[in-house]
Amino acid sequence: MAGVQVSNVSRSFGAHKALDDVSIDFADGGFYALLGPSGSGKTTLLRQIAGFDFPDSGRITIGGESVERVPVEKRRIGMVFQNYALFPNMSVADNVAFGLSVRGEAKATIATEVQRALDLVQLGKLGGRRPHQLSGGQRQRVALARAIVTKPRVLLLDEPLGALDKALRVDMQIELKRIQREIGITTIFVTHDQEEALTMSDRIGILRDGRLVQEGPPEEIYDRPKSEFAATFLGDANIFRGDSTGNGIRLPDGTAIAAGAGATLAAGAKASCAVRPERIRIATEAGTPDAANSNTLKGQISKRIFAGNNSTYFVERAGQTLKVIVQNTGMERLAEGQDVVLHWSPESTVLIAPG
Amino acid sequence: MTATTRILEWFGRLYIWLLLAFLYLPIIIMALMSFNVSPFYQLPFEWTTEWYASLWQNDQLIAATWNSVEIAVIATVICTVLGSAASLALYRYEFRGKKFLQALLFPPIAIPWLITGTAMLIFFFGVGIGRGLHAILLGHVALALPYVIVVVSARLQTFAPELEEAARSLGANQWQVTRRVTLPWIMPGVIAGGLFAFAVSFDQFVVSYFLATPGQTTLPVEIYAAIRKGFTPEINAVSTIIIVVSMALMLLTARFFKFGGEK
Repeated sequence: MAGVQVSNVSRSFGAHKALDDVSIDFADGGFYALLGPSGSGKTTLLRQIAGFDFPDSGRITIGGESVERVPVEKRRIGMVFQNYALFPNMSVADNVAFGLSVRGEAKATIATEVQRALDLVQLGKLGGRRPHQLSGGQRQRVALARAIVTKPRVLLLDEPLGALDKALRVDMQIELKRIQREIGITTIFVTHDQEEALTMSDRIGILRDGRLVQEGPPEEIYDRPKSEFAATFLGDANIFRGDSTGNGIRLPDGTAIAAGAGATLAAGAKASCAVRPERIRIATEAGTPDAANSNTLKGQISKRIFAGNNSTYFVERAGQTLKVIVQNTGMERLAEGQDVVLHWSPESTVLIAPG
Repeated sequence: MTATTRILEWFGRLYIWLLLAFLYLPIIIMALMSFNVSPFYQLPFEWTTEWYASLWQNDQLIAATWNSVEIAVIATVICTVLGSAASLALYRYEFRGKKFLQALLFPPIAIPWLITGTAMLIFFFGVGIGRGLHAILLGHVALALPYVIVVVSARLQTFAPELEEAARSLGANQWQVTRRVTLPWIMPGVIAGGLFAFAVSFDQFVVSYFLATPGQTTLPVEIYAAIRKGFTPEINAVSTIIIVVSMALMLLTARFFKFGGEK
């Protein structure tokens, strides 16, 4: 087991900068998600850590040992591939045994370790099957057992749940998390699914165009995104653009939006505010705005989407469509075309520097 | 079932049977005649194995047969090893001129053997290789190699490159990856390619004819010479043996090609 440090890693393919000066610290035993749209460099970063590809510059260490020029077969990592990459000519047990067998372990040791790994992923009885006789979820488990049986220093997962249907995915998320906790291995997990990243990881790194946009615990990134991209890529957000007032912004029409305490930007500069749709309250008339929810905007409902436990309202306001999600705790419903007033607290408002 | 579809189906069956008859009738007749007493294809048919017995006495024909088998086996081994290695290299590595090299693999299959044979004869004389069994072997290797590369490369197209990456991530070195992951996957292609190579060499007449020396020939060349001297049913007998062996090989090939499909 070991932590992984990526320091100032860059990698270009021709003129394309796939990774641009990326630094991340993956602490020992943590569960990390690398999140980003396709082409953001997340898989390239994973391949540098795995050793399939070497960075043009920068340093990678595993357990303090510099590995950026060490080929994958000498790095003692475990990897789970998107399409599992199980060896079709081998049984499940032989697949899991492969890593031990190429190391020249004794047959008896291999048999014991393989059985232990298969038991861990709850496939103890399926060792004799061939990969093509297994379901998607079972193949996933075999791939995981194969990757961890060699006791690697770090476990790398490349969109491991991408090929599974939704129900199975949720099961596997829980299962993966359980196994990771049980063996306590540092795990780095590439995904483009924000929900997966939020629910599974201790920390998330968001990548875009080869750069690390933001890194931190899921709640911190969700509550305090540092850029419009981070705000909209991880979760949904209403973005207001205007001029900074120091601790908030003034919209072009003069309306002021206050941001939470601690947010400061030089007054007068261009700035944005991000508000999560579920933080906004919706009412039919102004009433007296309570102090806690002092940000107020008027608008008109253009569309309502009913989703059972919640409703999403699209509210038109000065040429901008705002999204508001309301839990359906009572029977009241607002109609399309209705004029409404939106309230939310400055604490739910994040002031974002331009760029 | 309507009357029309029934008639169509009937024509379909007829077509298949006619096709098979067209392909196999001459061969069957030849095989039967190799067991007929009359050397002049006269009926009624009288069973004999006399021609097989006299074939056994025909040292020249037997020597030529063994030459053919030896050359075909050696050519097959060389082509399978070199061809598979070349296919793996073409699959794994990117290098300057790779596309050009791959394009160059196809013309030798299309160029008439008569032309290849003439070219080889001139070239072998020019560089001092000359004629003889060694020259025939060299020629056969050159002829059969592209077939192996094409067949093995086709099989490699179905190989998932992540399998090699997965093996490496588990600590396997290049040799272990190739032997335990890649080779087992392409083996049906390697075997099919080998059978192709064997067939190309064993059936080869034109190139062998150009490169053979009078005492040292291969079976097809010897049969041709024997027919020119005067036909004997021994030729039917040896042809029948070859057909049985060739067909067995081709059926094996077909079987391996089937293995090549998704399991």
